[in-house]
Amino acid sequence: MSPFLFGAIVFALACYVLAMALGLLRLYRGPSAQDRVLAMDLIYTIGMLVLMVLAIRYRSAMYFEAALLIAVFGFVSSAAMAKFLLRGEVIE
Amino acid sequence: MMMPAGVSLWAEIPVALLLILSGIFTLTAAIGVVRFKTFFQRMHPPALAFSFSAWCVTLASIIYFSSQDDRLSLHAWLIIIFLSLTVPVTTILLARTELFRRRIGNPGSGEVPPSLSHVVPPVASEQAAEEPGIR
Repeated sequence: MSPFLFGAIVFALACYVLAMALGLLRLYRGPSAQDRVLAMDLIYTIGMLVLMVLAIRYRSAMYFEAALLIAVFGFVSSAAMAKFLLRGEVIE
Repeated sequence: MMMPAGVSLWAEIPVALLLILSGIFTLTAAIGVVRFKTFFQRMHPPALAFSFSAWCVTLASIIYFSSQDDRLSLHAWLIIIFLSLTVPVTTILLARTELFRRRIGNPGSGEVPPSLSHVVPPVASEQAAEEPGIR
Protein backbone atom coordinates (compact mmCIF):
# COMPACT_ATOMS: atom_id res chain seq x y z
CA MET A 1 0.00 0.00 0.00
CA SER A 2 1.54 3.26 -1.11
CA PRO A 3 1.80 6.14 1.37
CA PHE A 4 -0.52 8.16 -0.85
CA LEU A 5 -3.36 5.66 -0.53
CA PHE A 6 -2.67 5.23 3.18
CA GLY A 7 -2.86 9.00 3.68
CA ALA A 8 -6.08 9.14 1.67
CA ILE A 9 -7.60 6.40 3.85
CA VAL A 10 -6.59 8.21 7.03
CA PHE A 11 -8.00 11.47 5.67
CA ALA A 12 -11.30 9.85 4.69
CA LEU A 13 -11.63 8.17 8.09
CA ALA A 14 -10.88 11.45 9.87
CA CYS A 15 -13.54 13.20 7.78
CA TYR A 16 -16.00 10.44 8.64
CA VAL A 17 -15.29 10.71 12.34
CA LEU A 18 -15.75 14.48 12.23
CA ALA A 19 -18.99 14.09 10.26
CA MET A 20 -20.27 11.55 12.79
CA ALA A 21 -19.46 13.97 15.60
CA LEU A 22 -21.43 16.71 13.82
CA GLY A 23 -24.31 14.30 13.30
CA LEU A 24 -24.14 13.49 17.00
CA LEU A 25 -24.37 17.21 17.73
CA ARG A 26 -27.56 17.39 15.67
CA LEU A 27 -28.81 14.26 17.41
CA TYR A 28 -28.27 15.94 20.77
CA ARG A 29 -29.57 19.36 19.77
CA GLY A 30 -32.32 18.52 17.28
CA PRO A 31 -35.48 20.32 18.24
CA SER A 32 -37.89 17.66 16.99
CA ALA A 33 -37.87 13.89 16.96
CA GLN A 34 -37.59 13.63 13.19
CA ASP A 35 -34.38 15.69 13.31
CA ARG A 36 -32.94 13.05 15.56
CA VAL A 37 -34.08 10.26 13.27
CA LEU A 38 -32.45 12.06 10.35
CA ALA A 39 -29.19 12.50 12.28
CA MET A 40 -29.23 8.82 13.24
CA ASP A 41 -29.80 7.95 9.59
CA LEU A 42 -26.74 10.00 8.62
CA ILE A 43 -24.63 8.46 11.39
CA TYR A 44 -25.34 4.86 10.47
CA THR A 45 -24.68 5.57 6.79
CA ILE A 46 -21.32 7.10 7.70
CA GLY A 47 -20.61 4.04 9.83
CA MET A 48 -21.29 1.90 6.78
CA LEU A 49 -18.86 4.02 4.76
CA VAL A 50 -16.25 3.60 7.50
CA LEU A 51 -16.58 -0.17 7.20
CA MET A 52 -16.17 -0.01 3.42
CA VAL A 53 -13.02 2.10 3.77
CA LEU A 54 -11.68 -0.34 6.36
CA ALA A 55 -12.28 -3.14 3.85
CA ILE A 56 -9.87 -1.36 1.52
CA ARG A 57 -7.44 -0.73 4.35
CA TYR A 58 -7.27 -4.33 5.53
CA ARG A 59 -7.91 -5.89 2.08
CA SER A 60 -10.64 -8.13 3.38
CA ALA A 61 -14.00 -8.64 1.71
CA MET A 62 -15.50 -9.67 5.05
CA TYR A 63 -16.31 -6.05 5.84
CA PHE A 64 -18.86 -5.86 3.05
CA GLU A 65 -21.25 -8.20 4.80
CA ALA A 66 -21.06 -6.06 7.91
CA ALA A 67 -21.65 -2.92 5.83
CA LEU A 68 -24.65 -4.53 4.15
CA LEU A 69 -26.08 -5.57 7.52
CA ILE A 70 -25.67 -2.03 8.83
CA ALA A 71 -27.46 -0.69 5.75
CA VAL A 72 -30.35 -3.14 6.16
CA PHE A 73 -30.87 -2.62 9.88
CA GLY A 74 -30.41 1.12 9.62
CA PHE A 75 -33.09 1.33 6.97
CA VAL A 76 -35.47 -0.83 8.98
CA SER A 77 -34.95 1.20 12.15
CA SER A 78 -35.29 4.57 10.41
CA ALA A 79 -38.40 3.51 8.54
CA ALA A 80 -39.92 2.12 11.75
CA MET A 81 -39.15 5.30 13.67
CA ALA A 82 -40.56 7.53 10.92
CA LYS A 83 -43.66 5.35 10.68
CA PHE A 84 -44.12 5.50 14.44
CA LEU A 85 -43.82 9.29 14.45
CA LEU A 86 -46.24 9.48 11.54
CA ARG A 87 -48.97 7.11 12.66
CA GLY A 88 -48.42 6.32 16.32
CA GLU A 89 -47.74 2.66 15.60
CA VAL A 90 -45.37 0.78 13.36
CA ILE A 91 -47.50 -2.00 11.91
CA GLU A 92 -51.19 -1.35 11.46
CA MET B 1 9.59 0.17 -5.53
CA MET B 2 7.75 -2.75 -3.96
CA MET B 3 4.05 -3.10 -4.61
CA PRO B 4 2.71 -5.90 -2.45
CA ALA B 5 -0.28 -8.07 -3.37
CA GLY B 6 -0.45 -6.95 -6.96
CA VAL B 7 -2.22 -3.60 -6.57
CA SER B 8 -0.44 -1.25 -8.93
CA LEU B 9 0.12 2.40 -8.28
CA TRP B 10 -2.13 3.28 -11.21
CA ALA B 11 -4.99 1.57 -9.45
CA GLU B 12 -4.19 3.14 -6.11
CA ILE B 13 -4.27 6.73 -7.34
CA PRO B 14 -7.97 6.78 -8.40
CA VAL B 15 -8.87 4.84 -5.27
CA ALA B 16 -7.16 7.46 -3.12
CA LEU B 17 -8.76 10.33 -5.02
CA LEU B 18 -12.23 8.80 -4.69
CA LEU B 19 -11.72 8.26 -0.96
CA ILE B 20 -10.60 11.86 -0.45
CA LEU B 21 -13.62 13.10 -2.43
CA SER B 22 -15.99 10.95 -0.41
CA GLY B 23 -14.55 12.23 2.87
CA ILE B 24 -14.94 15.84 1.78
CA PHE B 25 -18.52 15.31 0.66
CA THR B 26 -19.50 13.49 3.84
CA LEU B 27 -18.08 16.29 5.91
CA THR B 28 -20.02 18.81 3.81
CA ALA B 29 -23.22 16.86 4.40
CA ALA B 30 -22.67 16.79 8.15
CA ILE B 31 -21.91 20.51 8.28
CA GLY B 32 -25.10 21.15 6.32
CA VAL B 33 -27.11 19.00 8.73
CA VAL B 34 -25.80 21.00 11.67
CA ARG B 35 -26.04 24.48 10.16
CA PHE B 36 -29.34 24.58 8.28
CA LYS B 37 -32.28 26.20 10.03
CA THR B 38 -35.45 24.25 9.31
CA PHE B 39 -36.09 20.54 8.98
CA PHE B 40 -36.98 20.73 5.31
CA GLN B 41 -33.61 22.33 4.61
CA ARG B 42 -31.85 19.81 6.80
CA MET B 43 -33.37 16.93 4.83
CA HIS B 44 -31.25 17.72 1.78
CA PRO B 45 -27.57 17.51 2.84
CA PRO B 46 -27.65 13.83 3.94
CA ALA B 47 -28.50 12.94 0.33
CA LEU B 48 -24.95 14.04 -0.45
CA ALA B 49 -23.59 11.42 1.92
CA PHE B 50 -26.11 8.80 0.82
CA SER B 51 -25.49 9.15 -2.88
CA PHE B 52 -22.20 10.82 -3.70
CA SER B 53 -20.01 9.54 -0.88
CA ALA B 54 -21.43 6.04 -1.08
CA TRP B 55 -20.88 5.97 -4.84
CA CYS B 56 -17.30 7.19 -4.42
CA VAL B 57 -16.46 4.56 -1.81
CA THR B 58 -18.16 1.84 -3.81
CA LEU B 59 -16.26 2.72 -6.98
CA ALA B 60 -13.02 2.92 -4.99
CA SER B 61 -13.52 -0.53 -3.48
CA ILE B 62 -14.50 -1.99 -6.86
CA ILE B 63 -11.34 -0.58 -8.45
CA TYR B 64 -9.18 -1.73 -5.55
CA PHE B 65 -10.49 -5.28 -5.23
CA SER B 66 -10.66 -5.77 -9.00
CA SER B 67 -7.03 -4.74 -9.22
CA GLN B 68 -6.09 -6.92 -6.28
CA ASP B 69 -7.80 -10.09 -7.46
CA ASP B 70 -7.16 -9.53 -11.20
CA ARG B 71 -10.84 -10.04 -11.93
CA LEU B 72 -13.96 -7.94 -11.74
CA SER B 73 -15.29 -8.09 -8.17
CA LEU B 74 -18.63 -6.37 -8.08
CA HIS B 75 -20.03 -7.34 -4.70
CA ALA B 76 -19.88 -3.74 -3.51
CA TRP B 77 -22.61 -2.88 -6.02
CA LEU B 78 -25.04 -4.66 -3.72
CA ILE B 79 -24.62 -1.97 -1.08
CA ILE B 80 -25.10 0.95 -3.42
CA ILE B 81 -28.12 -0.66 -5.08
CA PHE B 82 -29.68 -1.34 -1.69
CA LEU B 83 -28.90 2.18 -0.50
CA SER B 84 -30.42 3.78 -3.58
CA LEU B 85 -33.57 1.73 -3.03
CA THR B 86 -34.01 2.45 0.66
CA VAL B 87 -32.91 6.06 1.09
CA PRO B 88 -35.86 7.64 -0.83
CA VAL B 89 -38.29 5.61 1.28
CA THR B 90 -36.78 6.92 4.52
CA THR B 91 -36.61 10.46 3.18
CA ILE B 92 -40.24 10.49 2.08
CA LEU B 93 -41.40 8.99 5.37
CA LEU B 94 -39.47 11.63 7.34
CA ALA B 95 -40.81 14.46 5.18
CA ARG B 96 -44.38 13.22 5.65
CA THR B 97 -43.73 12.96 9.38
CA GLU B 98 -42.59 16.57 9.54
CA LEU B 99 -45.60 17.74 7.50
CA PHE B 100 -48.01 15.73 9.66
CA ARG B 101 -46.57 16.91 12.96
CA ARG B 102 -46.55 20.56 11.88
CA ARG B 103 -50.17 20.28 10.79
CA ILE B 104 -51.07 18.72 14.11
CA GLY B 105 -48.97 21.23 16.08
CA ASN B 106 -50.44 24.46 14.74
CA PRO B 107 -53.35 23.91 12.38
CA GLY B 108 -54.53 26.82 10.31
CA SER B 109 -51.22 28.67 10.19
CA GLY B 110 -50.12 28.83 6.60
CA GLU B 111 -46.56 27.57 7.07
CA VAL B 112 -47.22 24.13 5.62
CA PRO B 113 -49.77 23.40 2.91
CA PRO B 114 -52.94 21.69 4.09
CA SER B 115 -53.50 18.02 3.56
CA LEU B 116 -55.10 17.08 0.31
CA SER B 117 -57.04 14.25 1.89
CA HIS B 118 -59.45 16.64 3.62
CA VAL B 119 -61.19 18.53 0.87
CA VAL B 120 -63.98 18.92 3.39
CA PRO B 121 -62.69 20.80 6.47
CA PRO B 122 -62.04 18.39 9.40
CA VAL B 123 -64.70 19.84 11.70
CA ALA B 124 -67.43 19.38 9.12
CA SER B 125 -66.31 15.86 8.34
CA GLU B 126 -66.32 14.96 12.05
CA GLN B 127 -69.87 16.22 12.38
CA ALA B 128 -70.84 14.24 9.35
CA ALA B 129 -69.27 11.16 10.87
CA GLU B 130 -71.14 11.66 14.14
CA GLU B 131 -74.48 12.10 12.42
CA PRO B 132 -74.59 9.73 9.53
CA GLY B 133 -78.23 10.52 8.81
CA ILE B 134 -77.37 13.92 7.36
CA ARG B 135 -75.36 12.48 4.53
